[in-house]
Amino acid sequence: MTISLASIDWFHLLGHFMSLSLLAIGGAITTAPDMHRYLVDEQHWLSDGQFTASIALSQAAPGPNLLFIALLGWYVGVNAAGGLAAGMAAWPLGLMGALIAMLGILLPSTTLTFVAARWAHKNRELLAVRAFKTGMAPIVIGLLASTGWILSAKMGSAADSWRLWLLTTVVTLLVWRTRIHMLWLLAAGGVLGALGWV
Amino acid sequence: MVAVVQREMVEKKQWLTREEFVEEWAVAQILPGPNVVNLSLMIGDRYFGIPGALLALAGMLTFPLIIVLALVILFSGISELPQVQGALRGMGAVAAGLITATGLKLISAVKQNPMGVKVCWLFAAFAFVAIGVLRWPLAWVLFGVGGVACGLAYRAIVRIHTRADGGGAA
Repeated sequence: MTISLASIDWFHLLGHFMSLSLLAIGGAITTAPDMHRYLVDEQHWLSDGQFTASIALSQAAPGPNLLFIALLGWYVGVNAAGGLAAGMAAWPLGLMGALIAMLGILLPSTTLTFVAARWAHKNRELLAVRAFKTGMAPIVIGLLASTGWILSAKMGSAADSWRLWLLTTVVTLLVWRTRIHMLWLLAAGGVLGALGWV
Repeated sequence: MVAVVQREMVEKKQWLTREEFVEEWAVAQILPGPNVVNLSLMIGDRYFGIPGALLALAGMLTFPLIIVLALVILFSGISELPQVQGALRGMGAVAAGLITATGLKLISAVKQNPMGVKVCWLFAAFAFVAIGVLRWPLAWVLFGVGGVACGLAYRAIVRIHTRADGGGAA
């Protein structure tokens, strides 16, 4: 897809990631639904397929899973440069998008960590710190479940694509109940998809 | 990921004891942001100051970033092929399952929650509906629902402390 971004839009992109940075309690993946709402539904800077690809590719790659955010930025930049048809000419803007996204998601939270870490280290028994941790625990569970749900809902209705829903359900149970390595499951999903079985 | 950090920092370099590592990890988790990134930043800062913190951050992100960008470029070149589209659809379905399961695994963590399991379920379900179905902005849910949850948690912890002190059990 192709979009046009004014320079103010790049600041909006940076601002959105910065505003989510301090909300990313329990990992960056909990902010994924809000990124989908803003980037795909509201601004139309990114297609649904590109959003899913960002998450799937970053799960398959080594390193912290927040790298899906770099890929979201990459796709926004590539779309602004004329989409995939532009080829290598789209790389500089893609790179810029990736760096803006990473800067936005990391700058506020790392600054806070830097300032707060020593304080929290001294006050780790403090009631407020424990209340925060205790109160947020169930919310984080709800957020993770809704991220999974939003990703599944994009696969289409359960009647049309029941094989995909079945795959998601089986993977959920396997990861929950066994210690099977996640990379094997991703590889298996890729193979099943490439063969056209799901 | 955490397992690798633990092995390097505690067992190989011995910059931290096991107990220190657990404490640092807990702090890294309650702060917003990716916890592994937070942890490396904190350890880098404690032992080598600001340059250490920045280097730790760069070290944690540079190579994975290059790898994932290389992956997406490779992928872009072939993304129109039906097999690749299919593979991605399959991997997307797996990713949805991975993330849901991560949430389910954490349920065991709330069994010890001072607010009680039922209240926790209520908050988790509410957050799920608000974000997943109603598509409310995350900030509303975290500050609104999260704020109420933290308030309740505070009260519950205070109550447990008072009871423990009163009964002489503590």
